[in-house]
Amino acid sequence: MTFVSHRHPAGAGATAPVQTFDPQAVRAQFPIFREPRARPLVYLDSAATSQKPDAVLEAMGRYYSTFNANIHRGIYQIAEEATAAYEDSRRRVARFIHAGSPREVIFTRNSTEALNLVAHSWGRSRLEAGDAIVLTVMEHHSNLVPWQLLASERGIELRFIPVTEGGELDLAALPRLLADGRAKLVSVVHISNVLGTVNPIPEIARQAHAAGAVMVVDASQSVPHCPVDVQALGADFVAFTGHKMLGPTGIGALWGRRSLLEEMPPFLGGGEMIREVKLTGSKWNDLPWKFEAGTMPIAEAVGLGAAVDYLESLGMEAIFTHDRELVAYAMERLREVPDLEILGPPADRRGGVVAFTLDDIHPHDVATVLDADGIALRAGHHCAMPLHERFGIPATARASFYCYTLPEEIDALVKGLHRARQVFAR
Amino acid sequence: MSGFDDIYRENILDHYRNPRNHGTLESPDITYEDANPLCGDLIRMDFKLKDGTIEQVRFSGHGCAISQASASMLCERVEGMALEEAKKIGRDDVLEMLGIELGPVRLKCALLALKTLKAGVYGIQQWPGEEEESTR
Ligand SMILES: Cc1ncc(COP(=O)(O)O)c(C=O)c1O
Repeated sequence: MTFVSHRHPAGAGATAPVQTFDPQAVRAQFPIFREPRARPLVYLDSAATSQKPDAVLEAMGRYYSTFNANIHRGIYQIAEEATAAYEDSRRRVARFIHAGSPREVIFTRNSTEALNLVAHSWGRSRLEAGDAIVLTVMEHHSNLVPWQLLASERGIELRFIPVTEGGELDLAALPRLLADGRAKLVSVVHISNVLGTVNPIPEIARQAHAAGAVMVVDASQSVPHCPVDVQALGADFVAFTGHKMLGPTGIGALWGRRSLLEEMPPFLGGGEMIREVKLTGSKWNDLPWKFEAGTMPIAEAVGLGAAVDYLESLGMEAIFTHDRELVAYAMERLREVPDLEILGPPADRRGGVVAFTLDDIHPHDVATVLDADGIALRAGHHCAMPLHERFGIPATARASFYCYTLPEEIDALVKGLHRARQVFAR
Repeated sequence: MSGFDDIYRENILDHYRNPRNHGTLESPDITYEDANPLCGDLIRMDFKLKDGTIEQVRFSGHGCAISQASASMLCERVEGMALEEAKKIGRDDVLEMLGIELGPVRLKCALLALKTLKAGVYGIQQWPGEEEESTR
């Protein structure tokens, strides 16, 4: 890996040398890009899931082949090793997001489960008929449907921060949504998986707290791509998912403020989440194990720990800078394609995601033409149907970037889009 | 020859650009609309029936080239066909009309029209071919 020092491009007047990395060298550490194939893989779907570096796969393999054992139970050596590795991953994740303590980090299956945990455990114990929940029109279905379920069960009102034509939250509407004091929870995506919009969470959290509501953040697209400090965000709960941050599937996390987590009832019942079980009742385990029922995905947690190490070795500032340089370049190049319309804000206000429509060609057809060139592009509603409805379109094509993405891949995308126009020219 | 030439064969592009039986009917005997929630493809079909045959059929809606071309081909094929006979059309017949092979995601695009037809005319709600798949 070559690290070069350069001045931070965005930090006006910043003189401290900032870590940067060579994406070609990063690619060399991802087996999927080394795999020989007829055409090189141009992977532009990292917002859906990221590729995995050797370090992550090796860490998981090492667990399975040298110290595979169940955790927290065995008192023999490899069980102790497995427990240590699992808890060590939790510590690394906690440090990565600047949590006050590893006890505030609960391992889940993914973001979806983390958000459902909050809806079930906090929501069902704290909310009642007549309360309100504030969401936004740009939410992923996983930060929408759990609240809908809760709302219909409890008679809770859902309110939505609108999205402007430019793809940003219309925060002028927020004070009105909070004014009557009935809103008890506000849940907002940090970086939109469609628009790329970076939402001003600290400001939203400030208003939510002033109105007496707790603040939940869907950080599925931000924790993998930029420095996230859960304290600085001012949030009460933050959900993210391992497979989008170079880690394996099947592992994600919920960070929660300790005082809230302490008071919440368990989410799932079973082994490990209890301290003492009698036939008719039980005492709950301490945090975070109270929320980790049954045998957890141990190898996946170990893999997530390795992913965090890898991300830190590149530097989260450097990764975000790389993403943003790519998205700026992509938006500039995409403008060359006739009849192409980009959704969302200008490059300086978004992460490494760009969704667009191309004339009246269905995004599925666009993606199919590009697939023939080995380009993996996403097409559809990206689990954000209400957002697409807001813009009056059923679907978009989406390109998304990460630390291994190269500018040449954006050139290939643009070339493919020109070809798609030719194929479907009437 | 690159892959998209395989998929977007000239006959598919032709049906996509110049869809047959496109539009709606004045007072149809049956109107049915179905969508593929995965990609937002939507097809509506209007039917006029007479003496146990599909006298007239028109489709409208929106979606990818595969879904629209297969709707066009299917409508062209079943217009004038006996209901008994149209009922027998299955997944493989649609793929044969299209003349391509498709992965599981695009397969749904190709079969949406047939699903709409079967649900509208016969009340069969399953994805064509799914009956066979479930036992495998
Ligand atoms: C913004 C956002 N929220 C939530 C999710 C859900 O992640 P997961 O499916 O891993 O739970 C995703 C990813 O699909 C996402 O992009």
